[in-house]
Amino acid sequence: MSIKVYVTDREGVLHELEAEPGWTLMEVIREAGLPIEAACGGCCACATCHVYVDLEWFAKLPEPSEDENAMLDEAFEVRETSRLACQIRLGPSLSGIRVTLAPEF
Amino acid sequence: MSGEPIRTDIVIVGAGPVGLFAVFEAGLLGLQCHLVDNLDRPGGQCAELYPDKPIYDIPAIPVCTGQELVDRLLQQIRPFEPTFHLRQMAEKLEWLEEERLWRLTTSAGTVFESPVVVIAAGAGCFVPRRLPVPEAERFEGRSLFYAVRRRADFAGRRILIAGGGDSALDWLLTLEPEAAEIALVHRRNEFRAAPDSVEKMRRLVEAGRVKLIIGQITGLEGEDGELRAVRIRTKEGEIEHPCERLLAFYGLKMELGPIAEWGLELHENRIVVDTEAFETNRPGIFAIGDICWYPGKLKLILSGFHEGALMAQKAFRYCRPDEKLVFRYTTSSTELHKRLGVA
Repeated sequence: MSIKVYVTDREGVLHELEAEPGWTLMEVIREAGLPIEAACGGCCACATCHVYVDLEWFAKLPEPSEDENAMLDEAFEVRETSRLACQIRLGPSLSGIRVTLAPEF
Repeated sequence: MSGEPIRTDIVIVGAGPVGLFAVFEAGLLGLQCHLVDNLDRPGGQCAELYPDKPIYDIPAIPVCTGQELVDRLLQQIRPFEPTFHLRQMAEKLEWLEEERLWRLTTSAGTVFESPVVVIAAGAGCFVPRRLPVPEAERFEGRSLFYAVRRRADFAGRRILIAGGGDSALDWLLTLEPEAAEIALVHRRNEFRAAPDSVEKMRRLVEAGRVKLIIGQITGLEGEDGELRAVRIRTKEGEIEHPCERLLAFYGLKMELGPIAEWGLELHENRIVVDTEAFETNRPGIFAIGDICWYPGKLKLILSGFHEGALMAQKAFRYCRPDEKLVFRYTTSSTELHKRLGVA
């Protein structure tokens, strides 16, 4: 069963993407060719896959780890619903998740 | 203020794992290497981004951390006595037709002349992340800094430091005694700097010597490059914090940098190479590791090691055009044992 992911890019365009269970949100966005730098390749060592998660979905995510929080410290325009896309592992319960790419810097 | 050029066989741009292993492969063939890196220590991303994270896909090493991999590589290449030129960026590359050598100049004014240059620069060079507000440019280098070059720029000033890591807290503690006033702004009231520094900072806050602001910078105020105040969004709303110097530590980012101007064929910000020798469109310039591109390229450390081995074979022909290269194994060759210092 594929998982649906809705991503709004920095121009405000909405993209409907499909993911396989077990992919991370960063991987889906990167594989779709959307502009997400993901410099460290997903090992939670940078903040270049920063996204804002829609509030209703944000509440369903497990708490960010201390590592993720420490990396978010280096991001800009961090909000209450900020997460690193590489740390969000997708499963059927997250099908339909909506996120927005944070500004690049 | 360039000194005498350093003549060598190979100049390697980038001292990450792939650059380090290239020293080994070149060394086995008797070629001498100098390495240039913008960071202050060897190891590249392994040492800078994930020193403590485990790596599982290095052949015959079931698991090691980024830093352990770097330490092992440094140990492995020690017999070949590579020279490191750190805290400098490879800036300019020119071909000297008469000498038939490449001349490479770094940001520190070091000049190399060599038949071969190997670019092993990963995702490019690490540079400090700039404050992403449009007006930042007007203040950079005058009242907004990303590193402390001259302490005198800060003495007697009202300073604001941004960040929660070691750089931010170390400089806070260092500059506090000589500042007119000093404040720290951070996104949250938790700090990943060394616990000892955090403890010291907390004591200074309690003593009223450091002001701690929890929030994020949204803008800068001032004229002619001189800061007057920094706008900060806090939980209670936006505030204006008066200060004359802003020292921002938002970590490092990677940029291709001056390499983009070297006349090399690029594919999506990576350097196109052939898969026989990992040579670029300019003879004698090679690119290995994450920075090179060819059909099927995978950004794996082990691929970079392979690329370095093949590069060395062709580099030998540029460095020793009159000598014949005999392929030998480290297991059996007394010649190689001598070079490795085990004979």
